[in-house]
Formats: sequence, C-alpha cells, structure tokens
Amino acid sequence: MELILASAIGIMTAAGIYLVLRLRTFPVILGISLLTYAVNVFLFTSGRARVGAPPVLRDDITTYTDPLPQALVLTAIVISFGMTAVIVMISLGAFLGSDDDQVNDQPDPPQDRSEGSS
Amino acid sequence: MSLFFIVALPFFGALLPGLMNSAGRSACAGVTFTITLAAFVGLLTNLPAIIAGDIVMARVDWMPALGLNFTLMLDGLGFFFALLILGIGLLIIAYARQYLSRNDHMGEFFTYLLLFQGAMVGIVLSDNILLLLIFWELTSLSSFLLIGYWKHLPEGRQGARMALTVTGMGGLAMIAGMLILGQIAGSYDLSVILQNRELIQADPLYLPALILILLGCFTKSAQFPFHFWLPHAMAAPTPVSAYLHSATMVKAGIFLMARMWPVLSGTPEWFVIVTTAGLVTMVLGAVIALFKHDLKALLAFSTVSHLGLITMLLGTGTAFGAMAAVFHILNHATFKAALFMSAGIIDHEAHTRDIRRLGGLRTLMPVTFVIVCLAALSMAGIPLLNGFLSKEMMLEEANHTKLFGSPWLVPVLATVGSLFSAAYSFRLIGHVFLGPVRDDYPAKPHDPGAGLWLPPALLIVPVIVIGVAPFVAEPFVKLVTAAVLGTAADLPSAHLKIWHGLVPALYMSIIAVVGGLGMLAIFNPALRLWENARRPEAKVIFEWLVESSARLAQLLILPLHNGSFSRYAAIGTIAIVIAGYYAWATGTIGAPTYAMQTADPVLISGWCMLVAATLGMVFLHRNRFLSLILIGIVGLMVSIGFVFLSAPDLAMTQFTVEVVTIILMLLALNFLPNRTPIESSVLRRTRDAGVATAGGLASFALAYHYLLRDPVGAPISEFHLANSYKGGGGTNVVNVILVDFRGFDTFGEIIVLSIAALLIYALTETLLDGPVRARLLNRTPDQPRAGDRHPMMMVVLTRGMMPVVMMVGFYIFLSGHNEPGGGFIAGLIVSIGVVMQYMASGFAWTSARLKYPYHGVIGAGVLVAGFTGIGSWFVDKPFLTSDFTYVRIPPFEKFELATAALFDVGVFLSVVGAVMLSLESFSRLARRAETPESLHPMDIDPSRTDPPDVQMKPEGS
Repeated sequence: MELILASAIGIMTAAGIYLVLRLRTFPVILGISLLTYAVNVFLFTSGRARVGAPPVLRDDITTYTDPLPQALVLTAIVISFGMTAVIVMISLGAFLGSDDDQVNDQPDPPQDRSEGSS
Repeated sequence: MSLFFIVALPFFGALLPGLMNSAGRSACAGVTFTITLAAFVGLLTNLPAIIAGDIVMARVDWMPALGLNFTLMLDGLGFFFALLILGIGLLIIAYARQYLSRNDHMGEFFTYLLLFQGAMVGIVLSDNILLLLIFWELTSLSSFLLIGYWKHLPEGRQGARMALTVTGMGGLAMIAGMLILGQIAGSYDLSVILQNRELIQADPLYLPALILILLGCFTKSAQFPFHFWLPHAMAAPTPVSAYLHSATMVKAGIFLMARMWPVLSGTPEWFVIVTTAGLVTMVLGAVIALFKHDLKALLAFSTVSHLGLITMLLGTGTAFGAMAAVFHILNHATFKAALFMSAGIIDHEAHTRDIRRLGGLRTLMPVTFVIVCLAALSMAGIPLLNGFLSKEMMLEEANHTKLFGSPWLVPVLATVGSLFSAAYSFRLIGHVFLGPVRDDYPAKPHDPGAGLWLPPALLIVPVIVIGVAPFVAEPFVKLVTAAVLGTAADLPSAHLKIWHGLVPALYMSIIAVVGGLGMLAIFNPALRLWENARRPEAKVIFEWLVESSARLAQLLILPLHNGSFSRYAAIGTIAIVIAGYYAWATGTIGAPTYAMQTADPVLISGWCMLVAATLGMVFLHRNRFLSLILIGIVGLMVSIGFVFLSAPDLAMTQFTVEVVTIILMLLALNFLPNRTPIESSVLRRTRDAGVATAGGLASFALAYHYLLRDPVGAPISEFHLANSYKGGGGTNVVNVILVDFRGFDTFGEIIVLSIAALLIYALTETLLDGPVRARLLNRTPDQPRAGDRHPMMMVVLTRGMMPVVMMVGFYIFLSGHNEPGGGFIAGLIVSIGVVMQYMASGFAWTSARLKYPYHGVIGAGVLVAGFTGIGSWFVDKPFLTSDFTYVRIPPFEKFELATAALFDVGVFLSVVGAVMLSLESFSRLARRAETPESLHPMDIDPSRTDPPDVQMKPEGS
C-alpha cells in the first residue's frame, strides 16, 4: 500500500511539474492543482496510512489514525481553492487585457496598446 | 500631561485635517493648530518638574524580550527641542494657512506636517534607542512626503527622493550603530546607556558604533560630505523649508549628538571626526551660500554652515562648547525660521526668489524689510542681537581648540566661516532690499497681510530680547546644557553676556564683520571668479552614484530575472531536487520501522484510474475541456483515497472543493481559448519531461521512505486524541482540532480565504471598469451557445433539491463536532446548492432573490469567529479559549452547547461567502459578455404569457 501511495504522489508531482513548465496559463494552473493534490496527499500520509481507523472517538475502540495532519490538510484544501481561484482570475484578467495567455514575458508585445478602445 | 499624550497627539491628530478638508481651509488649519497647541500646553505642564531638575518618565513594556520598550523620557534637552518643534510648529501652521494657495490640498499638507511633528517629538522624548530609531525613520518618511508635497514639480520629486535616499541610508547606518551600542551597554534604554561612559569607550566596538551613529547624524543634519541634499530639498513649499530646515529635521542629528554627548564625546576619535566635519561644513556652506542667487538656496547653505558650526562646538568635547552649541541651536532656530518665512513672503509677493531680479524692496515692503534686517544682522553676528552672543562663544571656544596639532587652524577657519556668514547676511539685506527701486519685478511687491508677517515677527522678539538681555535666557540654556552634559562634565561657570572685555574673540568678530562688508564690496569680481572655477557638483555625483548602482543591479538581475516564468520554475525545481539529493547523500537513513501493508483491490483500482487520468492530462492537456474532466477524475480518486484511509472529513472537503473548482475553471474556460497550441520544441519538451521525472522520482522516494518509518520526534497527536472529548467536548478529533485546539490557525485561514475572495472581486471590478469591458461586450463566443440555456427540467430539479441540500448542510454542520463534518464542509455544500440555482435559473434571477451580499456574509463570518474568540477575554482567558456544557430541554435528549460551535458558524459563513463571491465574480464577467440576461428562470416556460423570442439556432460560429 505504501508503494501505491508513494508512486501516486510521485506521478502527480511529475505530471504537475511538467504542466507547470508549459507556456500557456491554463496548463500551468492545472499543473499547480496537480501539485496541490500531491502535496496534500503527502502531508496527509505523514500521519501514516491506516485503513479503518478514523479519528472519531468511540467507546470501545483504541486505535485511531493521526488526526493532526488531517486537520491541517483540510484547511489546506480549502485555502488552495481560494488560491487557485485567485490565479485563475489573474490569468483571465491578463488574457482579457492583452488577448494573450502566454506565461512568459514576450520580448515584443504582439498587441497594439490602443486596441482595447477601438 | 503624560508624555504619551504629547507624542500621540500629533499622530492621532494627523487623521483630522484630511477629514476636515471639506470643512474649509481655515477649519483645516484650525484643527491642526489646536492639536499642536494641546501638545504644546501639555509639554509646558511638565515645565515645573524640569526646572526642579527632575526627569519625567513614562514606560510601557512593548517587547521586553527584544529590549524594545515604549519608554519616554523628558529632561532639559528633550524639553528644549520639543519646545522648539511644537512652538515653531504653531507659527508655521499659522503661516502655512496664508501661504498655501487655493490649488494646494490643505488636508494633505497638514496631515503630513502633523505626522512629521509627531515623529520629531517622538525622537526627542524617546528613552529607548530602538524606539528612537523608529521615530527617526518616521521623520525621514514624513519629510519625504513634505518635501515632495508639490508632486507636479520635478525638482520637488527629485529633492524628496534625494533627501530620502541620503537620510534613509544614514538611518540604516545608525540602526547598526545603535544596535552595537545597545549590545555594549547591555540595554537599549538611554538612561542606562548614558551611565556607562567608561564601559562603552573602552569597548573595541566603540569606534564602529561611533562612526555608524555619526553617519546617521551627519546625513540628517546635512554635514559635509552629505550636505548636498538640503539645498535640493528647498523645492518644498516655504513653510516646510522653514519648519524642517531651521528648527526640526536637520536639528535631529544635532540633537542625537547632544544626547549621546556624555557617552560618545571626549575621545580623540570623536574630536577629530566631529570637529573636522563641522568645521569643513561651516566654511564650505558659508562660501557656497554667498554665491547663491536663489533666496532659499542661500538660506539653505547658510543653514548647512550653521549646522556645521554647532557640530564643531559639540565636537570639541568641552562643557563650554556644549553650552555654546545649545545656545546657538536656540538662536539659530529663531532667526533662521524668521528668514525662511520672510523669503517665502518675498516669493509670494514678488513672484521670484532670484536675488538678481530683486532689490530696492525697502520702501515697498517695509515690514518685511525690518524683519529680514534684524534676523540677518543677528545671523551676521552684530551685537545686541542673539546671533552675536553665540557666535562670540563659538569663536572663544575655537580659540582654545587645537586640531591636528595646530593651534591656529580652528580659529582661522572659524573666522573665515564667520566672515562669509556675515557677507551673505549683508548680501541678503543689500541686494534684496537696498538699492534703487526697479520697475521689472515679476509682480508688484507689497507687504502681505498680518497672517503672513506676524509669525516671523514673533520670532524676532526673542532675537532682540536675548540679544539685549542675555541673562534672560541664561537659566534655561544652563538647564539644557546640564541635561546634555549629564554626569560626564560639570556645568561651565561662564555667563552669557554681551561684553567680555577685549578678548581675542572680539577681534575675530570684528575681522569677520568688516571682512564681510569688504567681501560684499568686491562681490561682482568674486562672483566671476567663483563661476569660472571648476568645482564638483554634488548633485551630479549623487545621480551618477545612484545610476551606477542601478546599472550594477540590472547587470546582476536581468540575466537571472528575464520574465520567463517557465525558466524560474525549472530552475526552482532543479534546485530543490539537488538540495534534497544533497541531504539524502550526506545524511543517514534509519531502518524501516514498519512492514509494508498489503494493498486492497479497491485502492489498486483507484490508483490505476488516478495514474491513467494523470498521464492522460500530460498527453492530452492541449484539449482543455478534456483535461478539466481528467483533473476532476484525479480529484475524485484522491477523495476516495481519503475515505479509504480513515479521513472522512478530508474526503468530504476534497469532494466538495472539487465541484466548486471545476465550476470555476469552466467559467474561466468560457473566455480562454479551448486549445493550447504546440509551441515548445521536442527538445524542450524532453528537457521538461526530464525535470518533471526528476521531481517526481524525488517526491516518490521521499514519500516512500517516510511512510515506512516512524518520525524522529514524538508527534503531538496523542495529546489531541486524549483531550478531544475531555477538553474540547467533541468526538470528531479533526473538527475539535480545527475549531478548538488550533482555532487561532483556523481563524487566520478563514481570513486568508476571505481576502482571496475579495481580491477576486476587486480584480473583476477593475477589469469591468477598464478597456476590457468593451472587449467583453464585443466578444463573440467561440462555442455554439445552447438554445435553451435554462432548461425547465434543470430549473425544477434544482429548486426541489435546494431545501434538501440546505438540510444536508445543516446536518453536517451540527453533527460536525462529534461525527465527520463541520463548518468548512457545510459551507461548501451550501455553496454548491446556491451555485446550482445560478446555473439552472440564471444569474439575474438568482441575484434578485439573494438577501445578503456576499461581502457581508464574509465579514459576518470573520466577525462572528473573532467575537467568539474575544468572548473568552471576559472570563480572563486567552483569545479563543473554548468552553462547552450539556443541557437538556425536556422534549429533546441531552445535547451539547459549545462556544466552538459558534466559532464554526463563523467558519461556515466565511466559506460560503468566499466561495460564492469568487464564483459570482467570474459569472459577472460572463454576464457582461452576453447580452441581455433574462430575468426569468426558464427560457421556455409554458406558464408565461409573454414568451420571449427564443433563438433556437446557435448564435456565433
């Protein structure tokens, strides 16, 4: 099971990095999302992978999985939504403003500045 | 009045002029005047204690661990400077009311002025040197605002920048010096430092500390070679020049030298550095001042020269020198402020400050003439005016000072400085007021109203009173001098008097005055000589320095930082992998503490789908819709993994977040192109794949090894498991951690989420206000639109589901403390319910039915959470301490009431507000793009009597 989890983390990281290195905003955003999954799963597994031991206290049960990484990852998931939304908005604004969704600065702006008002 | 109020009044008062701006110019000036007057009176209430020789203290521990305490101290020296700052401040405010024109923003000006005043008072009253440094930097910043007040003038902006650069750099040096000093003395409190003269002067770090602190003082007080910024700061409005450059800002460096005098002075290093700098500044400033044609530039260089004089006196390290310095600070502040204000009057009335275009104003502006005459003669050192007395004392002190082994170097240079000082003072009177009346003034000069001439006239009163009867000022000067000397030296027995007998100082004085007159007689040939002489221009050198450091920075940064995000990401990834590899290669890794667990078939099939979807994203990412579906699959598999690995809360969160993220991306994709073009070469893709594989392998290796081993330190999780029910009253440990154990973290997190949502809203607003709006309106969709955008089936279904969704959300919220669930998840579920209404029935229809704006919901959430936390203060517990109890209301079973639940309400509201505000902002873009939005929930509605003109054919291409 550990091998499966670790390989899933590794594959998501690799795919995330590859997409982050693309030249347009949308794949970069997807790549960051994949990296987010990888990081969240990694943080989560730092509390060990246990099957069938949720950290909800019961009278006759004594083994529970580690609750702390779960709590931290929970807020991380919600916050990463907020951050994704912000970068999506920024990339959208950049695209709408210049009709260009390239990630890297271009040496010569392909668009005329007065274009928007025409 | 407490010292805290004296310092705080200007700062809090600074809020008022800006608010009062619409109430009129006089109200604006009036409120500023009142605030300053209150602080001034507050200062005076401490006078009896000062006269009695007490030191008034006020102390609040701020960060005791860092030695940073808010400690204020008022002794004779602090009182003297505070009196100058607030007293001259009052006159300047009255003067500025008349001086500023209708086009100048009054509220802004007085706000800056009060900020500056507060910072200056803070400097002179600080007992803690770290606090002093904070106020010191504040004066640099606020004077930047004041000098650059006329933002439309390039000279104003350049002058302000130069002043900020020079004084800011000096301030940085001084921070280092003060830190060293504090380390040596073992305390950052001045009262302690001032007692440790021997300890500090014996320390090997004394010299670096001295040089660094003096750098701060010299830059602030415009001492050579940092004198050049002051004349350029004259681009400020005259009230600013009069205030900053006569009595306050430039005296801050002098103040600090006087303050530190007991511990720093008396060593050969101090003597050589300070005396030489002062002497050079005094002579250089006086010579340059004589040949300046701009009235304010002349006064600026004369200020530089006089500051040099004071610095030199402090440098000699004798008690008499310190007394002369204190006396001259007082005298210089009075006559120089009067002169600056008069220069402003001339500029105001004649519309020029160029001496060559003036002359003969004697009969046209008699009142101004009298004021300038008295002040300038005092500056020249003519008997019966106060400048004469302190200048005599300076010459006397110079006579006893031996620099570089030469007994005549200081006296000669001091006489030369005085000679030029007298010469430019005479030139000021002679070339501006005397001579024939001209007929080519830019404007017809005449005396201004009393509002303008009264403030300088008031300053002339002490000039004459002290000049005629010096014994009036003597007790005060001695009081201040005693405060400067501290325990380091005894108060000199000499008295302030006009006639000392036929002493060398008198002859030097006569030489200076006569020589000054002679210099004026040969002014024209001397000017030609001066103008033909080659001399370094400080401004050019300064600009060259700034430019070359900027070029150097560009040379270093531009090749690294070339705007290519992909490159940074690649370099960053490789660096992290290499760092990880280094740690791996140099460290040791323990033996596995766990055996590998067998994998369940469910997990294996989930893994297969996750890997397939991830690889699919890599190969098919050019098709953006497809990749969105694929990332949805990845997210789902991650959620299922959480379910499987005993994390029900995480699974629910991940699942709901997945839904809103996909909706958000779809909204964005509505505008973005649907395909990503092929741009990178095969080589580049291979390189990227290599980097990605390295990163992936590294994280795989890390995770794999980590999963099989115990952490090195014992985790703190056991505490949470043990105390969750006992201390937090809940059985769902994850939720108890979120709302109770680590509630403060959660509080921060909902604030971050809220800020992100507000940021999105703000960006949308900006986009919709700018040129993008026109573009959106003209945009033709690149996909065929659905003919029936709001299908009846969906409208009916979602509306039926809404109460169910709300109930589920409510249930999950309530059960969250003991079962999986809680505010975060409930918030996301309710958001999804509302989003469904938007999707099914349309933006306008849904918005019209919303009672509360989402900003309000966000704010309410943060406030509820915050007030829950504050509530625990009322029972003397730290912020966010939670409590719970069990109650039983008869028809129901026993249930729990916890303050943590209230906090969770805050979390819930913030999450709903933040998610909805983000999605709504995106939809607003779409709404502007498409014309016109139906107010009805369904496009095809059989019950409506006015069926709309529905386009069944897709529009666009």
